[in-house]
Amino acid sequence: MTWKQVFTSSVGKKLVMGLTGISLVLFLIVHAGINACVFADMVDPNENGEMFNKAAHFMGSTVLIRIMEIGLFAGIILHIFQGYLLTLENKQKRSVGYAVTYTDGSKWYSRSMGLLGTLILIFLVLHLYHFWVSARFTHEGLAPVTYNGVEMHNMFALMQATFTEWWVIGVYTAGCISLAYHLAHGFQSAFRTLGVHNKRYTTLLTTVGYAYSIIITLAFIFMPLSFKLGWIG
Amino acid sequence: MEHYHMNLNLKVWRQKNSNTKGDFKTYQVKNISSEMSFLEMFDVLNEQLISEGEEPVAFDHDCREGICGMCSMYINGKPHGPWQANTTCQLHMRAFKDGDTIVVEPWRANAFPVIKDLTVDRTSFDRIIQAGGYISVNTGNAVDGNALPINKDNADNSFAAAMCIGCGACVAACKNSSAMLFLSAKVSHLALLPQGEPERKTRVLNMVAQMDKEGFGACTNTGACEATCPKEISLTNIARLNAEYLSASLSAEK
Repeated sequence: MTWKQVFTSSVGKKLVMGLTGISLVLFLIVHAGINACVFADMVDPNENGEMFNKAAHFMGSTVLIRIMEIGLFAGIILHIFQGYLLTLENKQKRSVGYAVTYTDGSKWYSRSMGLLGTLILIFLVLHLYHFWVSARFTHEGLAPVTYNGVEMHNMFALMQATFTEWWVIGVYTAGCISLAYHLAHGFQSAFRTLGVHNKRYTTLLTTVGYAYSIIITLAFIFMPLSFKLGWIG
Repeated sequence: MEHYHMNLNLKVWRQKNSNTKGDFKTYQVKNISSEMSFLEMFDVLNEQLISEGEEPVAFDHDCREGICGMCSMYINGKPHGPWQANTTCQLHMRAFKDGDTIVVEPWRANAFPVIKDLTVDRTSFDRIIQAGGYISVNTGNAVDGNALPINKDNADNSFAAAMCIGCGACVAACKNSSAMLFLSAKVSHLALLPQGEPERKTRVLNMVAQMDKEGFGACTNTGACEATCPKEISLTNIARLNAEYLSASLSAEK
């Protein structure tokens, strides 16, 4: 059996979705952790995002992390392409549909992973334009700030400037809620696809999956909201 | 439970053969007993159609006691109708009330083409079984069944998987028309027993390859199959199949 056969069978394609999905789950923990440094300003009003700027600078200036970034983007692109491909292929397996659709047996979000993923993708484009493009390429709206003689981008000020409009906060909140439902199914489904079938683990992973979805989403939603409401900055 | 009679409106899928396009026809059946089975109600409808000079509705059935897996109607948006853990033949008319409209469709999946009306071609399942759903047994004297020690949990899980009657409700319920619940039941049933060990790896690889060839979709773990399965085959079997597939494909010699 060739490697191509392994990853292009119906089980193998799902394996790719599961593996990339789990790597994105791990990335989100790092992302939420780094970004949560903005809350240091809530504790100490004179902090003005120093901890967050230093953390963001560390992430952007460390070679190993920049290499991992390439892997991250490869994972995201593979997840998106494979996701659309699978959704399309699966749809084509039933040319004549039902007059009455069966919806009782499954959760709406487990049936809507393609739609939820698309909403996240739309949000992701806006999100990358706001921060990643600015930090990596255009440096638009990024003032320099110096800590202990090291000059770096003031990402904290960029966040503050970005989260002034309610529509932006609305789009970010909607993106995060889509992410929560995507994760609520995706988290445990990814582990099932990897073959975890012992009941004690599947029960644990479902619970951890729900908790993870809620905590990560709330942490992300809380950030733009805190800037807008003046709790930080 | 009180016995009652009812008049019903039936919207039934009629299709002459696999090459023609079908559509819904509406029929009225009167004085149906609440103690009839769903298929007996269809027998009444067919008698009525024959007496009117019309073609009776073709539908699959055999044992009519819930064990053969032949009956296959998609009733009011659910394979095998509204009751849990139940086949169409064991669905009784007390599930409905006077004046109800019942929509009856065939299983819908490209891998299950309609032969006529509510009858679909499920030989794709037979070909999946032929690809690996068996064990090799030497001829000669029958071996004492108790001579081979088997872990009790494995024996129970294997038996629960072996309950699958191959009716195809899982495919009909799945938004991806995936046959993974069926396949995983067959793979689990044999992988959990020592008798299944010799062909363990080739079985899962060949059966998955055949399933893909037949045109079934990929599993997205929604759980619709488990919820509709008349034999309550667990979704856990699909995760076990994934583990079997992963281990067999990664350890394959070539």
